[in-house]
Order: sequence, then structure tokens, then C-alpha cells
Amino acid sequence: MSWLKYGFAVFLYLLQYTDAVFEDQVGKFDWRQQYVGNVRFAFFDTHSQASKKLLVATEKNIFASLNSRTGELFWRHVDKTGPEGNIDTLLVHGQDAVVVVGNGRVMRCWETNIGGLNWEVVLDTGSFQAAAFVGVQDFVKYVAVVKKSAISFHYLSNGHQKWVENLPDSDTVQYQTVYSDGQEEVLVLGVVPNSHIVVVAYNIEDGEIMKQISVEAPWMSSLEESCVVVGAGILLCVDPITVSLYTLPLYSDQRTEMNQILLQSLDLDVAPGFQPVLTATQPNPARAPLTSFFLQLGPEHHLLLQLKDGIITTLRDFKPSRLAAFATSGEKTVAGVMTPKNETACSINLFTVDTGRRLLDTTVIYHLEPNGGKPSKLYIQAFLKKDDSVGYRAMVQTEDFALTFLQQPGRVVWSREEALAEVVTMEMVDLPLTGTQAELEGEFGKKADGLLAMVLKRLSSQLILLQAWIAHLWKLFYDARKPRNQVKNEITIETLSRDEFNLQKMMVMVTASGKLFGIDSRSGSILWKHYLENIQPNSAFKLMVQRTTAHFPHPPQCTLLVKDKETGLASLHVFNPIFGKKSQISLPALPRPILQSLLLPLMDQDYGKILLLIDDQYKVTAFPSNKNVLQQLQESASSIYFYLVDSSQGRLSGFRLRKDLSTELIWEVVIPAEVQKIVEVKGKRPNEHVHSQGRVMGDRSVLYKYLNPNLLAVVTESTDTHQERSFVGIFLIDGVTGRIIHEAVQRKARGPVHFVHSENWVVYEYWNIKARRVEFSVLELFEGMELYNSTAFSSLDRPHPPQVLQQSYIFPSPISTLEATLTEKGITSRHLLVGLPSGGILSLPKMYLDPRRPEVITEQSREENLIPYAPELPIRTEWFVNYNQTVSRVRGIYTAPSGLESTCLVVAYGLDIYQTRVYPSKQFDVLKDDYDYVLISSVLLGLFFATMISKRLAEVKLLNRAWR
Amino acid sequence: MASSSPRHISLSVLSTITLLLWTEFAHCNLNRRPNDALDTDFSVPLEHSFEIDDEPIFRRRGSLELRAGRESGVTISQSQLSEEDRNTLKEVAAVDGLYRIRVPRVSLQADRQTEKQADGYLTAFVKACALVESHLSDVITLHTDVTGYLIGVSIVTIPGTCRGLEVEDEVDLESFNTTLTVMAPVNAPMPETALFIERLEQEMEKKEKNPQEQKSFFAKYWMYIVPLVLFLMMSGAQDQSGGGAGGGAANGGGR
Repeated sequence: MSWLKYGFAVFLYLLQYTDAVFEDQVGKFDWRQQYVGNVRFAFFDTHSQASKKLLVATEKNIFASLNSRTGELFWRHVDKTGPEGNIDTLLVHGQDAVVVVGNGRVMRCWETNIGGLNWEVVLDTGSFQAAAFVGVQDFVKYVAVVKKSAISFHYLSNGHQKWVENLPDSDTVQYQTVYSDGQEEVLVLGVVPNSHIVVVAYNIEDGEIMKQISVEAPWMSSLEESCVVVGAGILLCVDPITVSLYTLPLYSDQRTEMNQILLQSLDLDVAPGFQPVLTATQPNPARAPLTSFFLQLGPEHHLLLQLKDGIITTLRDFKPSRLAAFATSGEKTVAGVMTPKNETACSINLFTVDTGRRLLDTTVIYHLEPNGGKPSKLYIQAFLKKDDSVGYRAMVQTEDFALTFLQQPGRVVWSREEALAEVVTMEMVDLPLTGTQAELEGEFGKKADGLLAMVLKRLSSQLILLQAWIAHLWKLFYDARKPRNQVKNEITIETLSRDEFNLQKMMVMVTASGKLFGIDSRSGSILWKHYLENIQPNSAFKLMVQRTTAHFPHPPQCTLLVKDKETGLASLHVFNPIFGKKSQISLPALPRPILQSLLLPLMDQDYGKILLLIDDQYKVTAFPSNKNVLQQLQESASSIYFYLVDSSQGRLSGFRLRKDLSTELIWEVVIPAEVQKIVEVKGKRPNEHVHSQGRVMGDRSVLYKYLNPNLLAVVTESTDTHQERSFVGIFLIDGVTGRIIHEAVQRKARGPVHFVHSENWVVYEYWNIKARRVEFSVLELFEGMELYNSTAFSSLDRPHPPQVLQQSYIFPSPISTLEATLTEKGITSRHLLVGLPSGGILSLPKMYLDPRRPEVITEQSREENLIPYAPELPIRTEWFVNYNQTVSRVRGIYTAPSGLESTCLVVAYGLDIYQTRVYPSKQFDVLKDDYDYVLISSVLLGLFFATMISKRLAEVKLLNRAWR
Repeated sequence: MASSSPRHISLSVLSTITLLLWTEFAHCNLNRRPNDALDTDFSVPLEHSFEIDDEPIFRRRGSLELRAGRESGVTISQSQLSEEDRNTLKEVAAVDGLYRIRVPRVSLQADRQTEKQADGYLTAFVKACALVESHLSDVITLHTDVTGYLIGVSIVTIPGTCRGLEVEDEVDLESFNTTLTVMAPVNAPMPETALFIERLEQEMEKKEKNPQEQKSFFAKYWMYIVPLVLFLMMSGAQDQSGGGAGGGAANGGGR
């Protein structure tokens, strides 16, 4: 008995997966891309001429430094998501970058070279308004932070607070900006909307109020939007209603109203409906701003103006012009203006700020992406050349969150696609066959047209194959003469073709901004991109592969359903997933909100799967919609069922399609929304295969799995959040008949619930309130010892409810997302891929989540290889598939089968994108990289010759014996 | 009518919540204590529909009797099908139509009917031909949520197939042979820590009692291993003197 136990322990030890990668395999099958999100603030480091740093703060609450020569990340600080980590402002001076985070909660100062934290201070409560550097005698010493009712002064060197003072009348006055130009006072500007402006001057040294003036401004609603400070402390505001500019010298005490300058008097006009925008620049916080400023009067109209001695002069009129920006290098400040050249290109030019003269040889041509967004912001990095002329590089930010870095005369140095920081959904599509492979395929596809034609066809295709082979050989020969590093297989759209084991696929990624990407899964390079304009920010996306690459010569086809969450109105975008081209197919009109979409396994005559869209009147629209499709739908209408979920009322309802494409309600389940709320409903993945129908038990009998393809897993959370009464509900409902197969309640638990529904099991994860820990639970469904109807499964004909087994485990870490591996035929054992908030991706064998794990080990359970029950699931370091490649803020994991049964392709996306392969049962169908071919072939040959020789010798011996 | 036994199980599951609510209601129920007998029989209509054109028109099939108190449970009482109904059902079966049932959304606790008014129905269906071929033997399951409120109903026939068999005997289609069950949510298990720790402790104890067990593999079986190794070495030495090729292998084994 005891040695049996020992043997079992050895067996268990052998079971421990040593899946970890070897050092030389790092980056061989996997890649990671790091993103920062849409840029809100960007500063070039002007500290020294040779600096390569670009500091950015983004909408994703990230503060990062990019290498401006390559576009790669130097370092990145990922803050909390949501408003708590929101970056209010970014100020850069020299090597210090000051960031105010979370509506004025915390102020941090970072060292820009290595990204180290200089200091961090927690600010007093109060909503953040503005922050600025304050300089004294040409030297920046302090940071001033204005909150709703107070102003505080901090030393830039250590963050210590110098003084804090209340702002007068802060309940009526909205203080919005702070201004300083190196003088003794710092000015805080506030506004009482549609009444007056308040200017309060504080002494820098002790915070004493030096003076306080109020100036009539009945037309003003917001200071921030309409005013800037130019020259030596002159407030300049623009009023779109009277179409005029107002000036106010901030340091004079006598003025009680602003000086109005009509734009008409300058021969200027505002484009109708446009709010004019003023842009000024203050190159050094310890000195006054420049007297020149930009005034934008229309979407394509900028002016460079100058305010001197109360008089405004036009330096240059830029019409048309898209964007304008100031840039400073040393003592020189220049203005960069982007003007549209033609439909596809813009040119950027530099101008001096004091005269508006164009600088020679400063043109940069910027080519717009064919399917990209419009440029939205321009950043100029100016530098002084050896001959003291100004050179520059430009960074263009576009509406689709892309950054493009340009160098004279128009070379794109790098570009970053920050839209990929928020991938919403994705699919992996097989690459097409090469031309020659397709030629052979086509031969079989075509109908026979005579013997001779067939023979000729065969001969010609063989000839093409021969030609391709010779070309391949020639290329090999040619490449062999070149040095190693020059032979680099550049992947372009033209050279894309399926590899032997279908390991390289096209990743079609949909991002929240509405930009679609086609990414090569092997290298991670972006092969195509397509920006969909007019996408509402809160849209829901559903990506479907209507036609795969398997139906040559028909091109593959993907359909993206974009649904506005508020109105429910949807639109379709049909495209070729390999090339990203929009399809010319006529799209159905969708005037009504769409409730549900359904991709049928039925195909039209062009091998495209039929997509059904159900609107709010339960009418069905088919896409594509031609005679053949409608006929097919009529024939199979009685077997097409679908379900709708209304989570606000807790209603699940089932419908059946009628022949005239109307629908009828056939079942209804209502889970009262007052008690519990439906969080998520998940079916099974349609492309999943289950290899074994049952499990062989210890006594050699078979326990059959309940494999209902129509099963839905519905997860609910209780509305009562009290510790004792809160629960998570799991319902397993048949999507055709509406029959509730199983109902379970996890008491004293709450969400967020992550779950996977596959084969005959559901794994879910929840938070146990009482024990304060994360727990996993697994439900497995079995038909029992005999199968009701082994030939086919019909939801309508399964009268006996399945046996349900369930077990729960403690998991020692919170999780962000959960997915299961998927392989071609489903023979390989399954693993669960768990995305952890720490950035790790854990490959947890499903074997550990098996409700049949016995509490007491018996002979039979040992026979079945069941692991004895232990309440805690282990986390082994070798289970992390991404070793040290941390994936920040994982939101989803996508799995796809490859051509190899052992291999499953995995893409984890969140802030970063990580692609790898996993082998849940190890690589049983692949020889290792370091497989010793020489040894095995020499052994084989040796054995072969040994047998030959010994045979000969044996014959001789026999002959000799016979003669004896 | 095998409805009572599962009902008891489900009630025990629900008892915690229902008892809590009952205590709140006990206050106002005090005056009505003698009327308890009246509350016990609360009946909910069970309706069905089978039409040739598949437009549901629900008619009464029977009623579900909810009983409160200690012997709470649900029973079904239903009348026979009329001749007209039988013929319609057969015709519907012939055109592969549906047989639908519905119940109003109510609480299965008979005492709590006043709390919530029924709004809407729960529906389910089965193929009419399956019902005919099973000679009207069906299983109706009522599903409740944690509070005992009805959330779904399901109907299956046994057997569930439609083979296209003709049912000649009119008597077979006269009365329903219904099994009514009530399904309430089961409590999902928590991680079994207590049992696991107990088992670990037991094993520890066993080990302490029996120090023999703690010995390592080699310590326990040295008497078998040493002679084996010796024997292998001896035989290897002999072979080597003979000069055979096998000597090397045996030597290797002996090492």
C-alpha cells in the first residue's frame, strides 16, 4: 500500500508541467507591444540639444517617456484607471516633470531621464483648477496649484509646501488660471460667469494678498476657453458673439473694464458657428510670454498676430491652415503651421514669431493615411543647427490616436498606433494560400470539362509548381551569398501566405476609437489599418467572420457590427480581413435598433455564412439577402431559434424563425430584477471541438458528457449587497427550449464574476465576501452512464436532466480575465488562461478544476488520474506563459487553434498586446528545436549496416557449419 | 403526482430567507391566525395552447394548488381533454406545430401571495407530436429563485422524440399523466477547507504513531536493493572476463 502511494507521488511529480520557455526561446514565438493610449499632453525635452526624450501624459492615466528617434518607450508609469488616476496636468521644466493626478489628489515630480520619482505630495482636498511654475529672477523655484478655494505653493526641489492661502469669495468666483512671469507677485484669475473677472495678486514670499481687482466682463462664461496672457501681463480674450478681442493689463490697478478691439477693424471674420481659439506661448515660466499669438477663426484658418502697445497687428494670415503650434529652442521661438496641400498631403512650414517671415528650407510634407483620421494636433521640436539656423522635427497626432514623427523633408521616422491601447474585440483569420497552392486547389474545385482540358490544366499547374520551386531554389542560392543579417524576410501584404502548420494568422483587432487593424501574428507588424469615422465613443462592437479563407477564389469576409449603446442603432462594416479593404457588397438598411445578431452555420452560394439581425420589433434582416439565402432560410426556418436578453427586466426570451422571416415568441424566463441582476450571458464558442464523448472511469465504464451546444450560462448578482445576503447566481439554460437545466447560488459572494463556458463545464470566479478571498468554482455536466441518443443532439429531445457536479477552490490572487485554450480537434487537454492584475498570464491546467477530484483517494480515482482534492489552487511560476513580459491591464484573452493539434495561439490584450503559443499537453506532435537529427540518422544507418553485415556473417557461418 | 418530496428539499434550502421575511409579517398576521386554513389553498391557473396556425390562444388546462404551512408543496389538478381538443392536438401534431403552456409569475409560497401582484407569464413549449406520441405523459418543472418566486417553467415529454407514429387509441389522449416537480436553486459548495485540514491532521497523526512510514524508500528496501546491486556487479565482472559485449551494459547497470 505504501509503495503504491509513493508511486502515485512520483506520478504526480511527473505530471507537473515544465512548460517554461528556455532562455534561447525568449521572443521566438511571442512578442509584446506596449502602448500608452491617446496623448493628452506632450513635451519634447528641450533641456539639451541631443536629448531624445518625448514626455507624454495620456487619457489612459499613463505618464511615459518615448524615444523621439525610434518611438520606443524609455519608461512608463501606469497609474490607477478611472478618475482617481486621471492626469490633470503635466508641467515640464528642465529635468523635472510635475504631474497632478486625480483631480488634485496627488502631485508628483519625476526625473525625466530615468523616470525616477523625485517627490510626491498629497494635496489638500478640493477640485483642481490649474497649476503653473513660478519663477523668481529668471529661475524656476516653485509650483503653484490652484484649487477651487485655495492656492498652495510648493518648492520644485522637494515638494514641500511653502504656503497655502484661501481664495477670496471662492463660492461665487470660479478661479481658473494662475499666471506668473518672474515678478514678485503671482496672479490668480477667476471669473463670475456673465458678470466680471477677478484678479488676485499674491506675494510669492509669504502668500499675502497684494491687491485684488475686479473688471466688468458680462460676456464671459469661461476664462480658460477664451483667454490667454500675452506680452508683459496682458490678458487677451476673445468673444465670439460681438466678434471682438478684449485686452486687460493685469498689473495696472486703475482699469475697471476691458479694452475692446473689434475683429472687423482688423479686417477679420469668424467662420459661422466657430468658437475662436487663442494660443499664446511662454517659453520660460520665469519670463513674460511672447507678444505674438495665434488666433484660429475657422476650422482651416489661423492667424499669427502681435499685440504691442495695445495695438494688434497681423503678422501673417494662414488660409487655409489646419494646425499651428509654437516651439522654442534656446532663445529662439518659431511657429509651425500645417497647411493642406492636396487631398492626401499637407505641408508643414516654420515661421519666425516676431515678423511672421517664412524660414527657408523648412518644408515638411506630411502624407495623410488613406484610411486614417484627420490630424488633430501638431507638436514641433525645434533645434538650432551648427550655422545657427533653426531645424525641426514634427509630431502629428491624428483623430484615430496615431502619432507620426516626421523629419525634413518628410520622412516618417516612426509612428505609433495608440488606438491599440484599447482593443475591444478581435478575431484571428487564416492567411490565404499562395498563388500556386490556390492554383492546385482551384483545379479540384472546378467542374470537369473534358479529358483533354483536364490533362492540360493539370500539366499547366504542375509547370507553375516547378517554376515556383526553381524560383525558390534560386532565391535560396542568391540569399546564401549575402551576409546573414541582410537576409530578412520582410512581411508585406503581398508575401502573406499560410505556413505549413497554420501558425501564422491575421489578427483583426477592433479598437474602441473605431480603428481596425490587421496584424501579422508572427511578428506583430501592422499590415493594414482602417479608421471608421463617426463612431460614437460608447459603441459596442461585434466582429464576425462570415467567410473564411478556405473558399478560394472567394475572398475572405469579415463583418463588424457597430451598435450605438444609447440608441441601439447599428451599422455594418464589411471588409476583407487580409487586406483590410472595404467590401463593395450592398449593405441592408437598418432603420431600427438591433437587439441580437446571429451568424448561422448555413452558407449562401458564395460560401458566406448568413448573418441574421433581429430588430426591436422582432423582425429579422438577413445579410447577405438574395434569393438563394431566402430560400435556404425558408427551408430551415423551423430549426432556427434565437434568444434575447433584457437585463434591465431580467427577462430571457426565446424566439423561433418563421418562413416569412418574422418571429414568434416560444419561451420566456423572468429572473426578477429586484432580487438579482443578469450580469452576463455566454454560450459556447461555435468553433470548438470536443474529441471525447465521455470520461473513462476507474472501473472502465464511461461517464458521458452532457454536450449541449445550445446551452447558455447566465450569471447574476444579487441587488442586496449586504455581506450575509449577497449572492452570485448561476443558471444554465437551454437556448432553444428555455429549459433551466441547473440553478445554483453561491452565497456570501459578489462579483465581478469572470467565467468560461466550454465543452460540458463552466468555470466561474467570484469574490467571497465572508472569507475575503477569490474563489473558483467549476460545474460539470454529465448525462450519466448511458447516452440518451448518441447519434445527434437535439435540445427538443433530451427529457432527462443531466447530472451536475460542482466543486470550489481558493485562488490566491485576484484576476482580470479568464479564457480557455482551444485546439483544432479538441484532443489536447484544456488549460485555463488567467490574466492577473499583476500582468502575468497564468496557464492553469483544467485538471485542477475538476469536480470529481476525490477527497479520499481510492483505487479507482487513482486509476483515473484524478488529483486528490485540495482547497487551494496552486500558482506555479512556470505556469506563467509570459515569463517576464508583463502585460499591463489585461482586459481580454483571445485563443485560436492552429494547424497543430498541440498548439493554441494566445493573444492577451489590454494596455499592451502580447501574443504567444501555448502547448497544454506539451508538443506531442512536433520535434524539438534541438532535436538531434544527426544522431538518430547515424544510429539508424549504423543499425542498418550492422544488420547487413551480421546477416552476411551469419550466412557464412551457416554455410561453414553445413560443410563441417 | 410525485411533487411533494422535492418540494421539501427546496424548502429547507429556502428556509433561511423565507423565515426572515415571515418574522416581519408575523406582526400583522397575528390577528389573522385563525384564518390560516383559508390561505392554504391558493391556486394558480396552468394554461395551454395548441393551434393550427401557431397563433397562441391560451386556455385553461388545470391549476397548480399551492399549500402553505408545514406541508407546503405544489400539486396539480387538471381536467380531461375534450374530443374537440384531442382532434386539434392531433392535427397540430401532424403539421409539426407547438404545444405551449404558461403560468403566471407568482411566488410559490402560498402565504406570500399578497406581497407581489403577478405581472406577465412564463411560457414553455414542446412539440405537439412529441406530446401525442408520449400519450400525454409530460414532466412539468417549476423553477424558483432564492425567494421562492417563479422564474421559469419547463415541459418535457417522455419519450421526447417525434417518430411520426400514429396514436390510434383515443383513450390515450384523454387525460394527462403529469409529473410536477419544483426546482429551487441549489447552494453551490464552498471550498472544503475544514475537511482537508482534518484529513491532513489525521495523516500527520498516523505518521507520528507509525514512525516506520517516515523512513525513506532506500531505508526501507535496502535489504532488497543491496543484493540486487551486488548480483549485477558480480555478473558484470564475470561477463567482462568472458569479454562479451554485454559486460559493459551490466556494468553500467551496476554503477
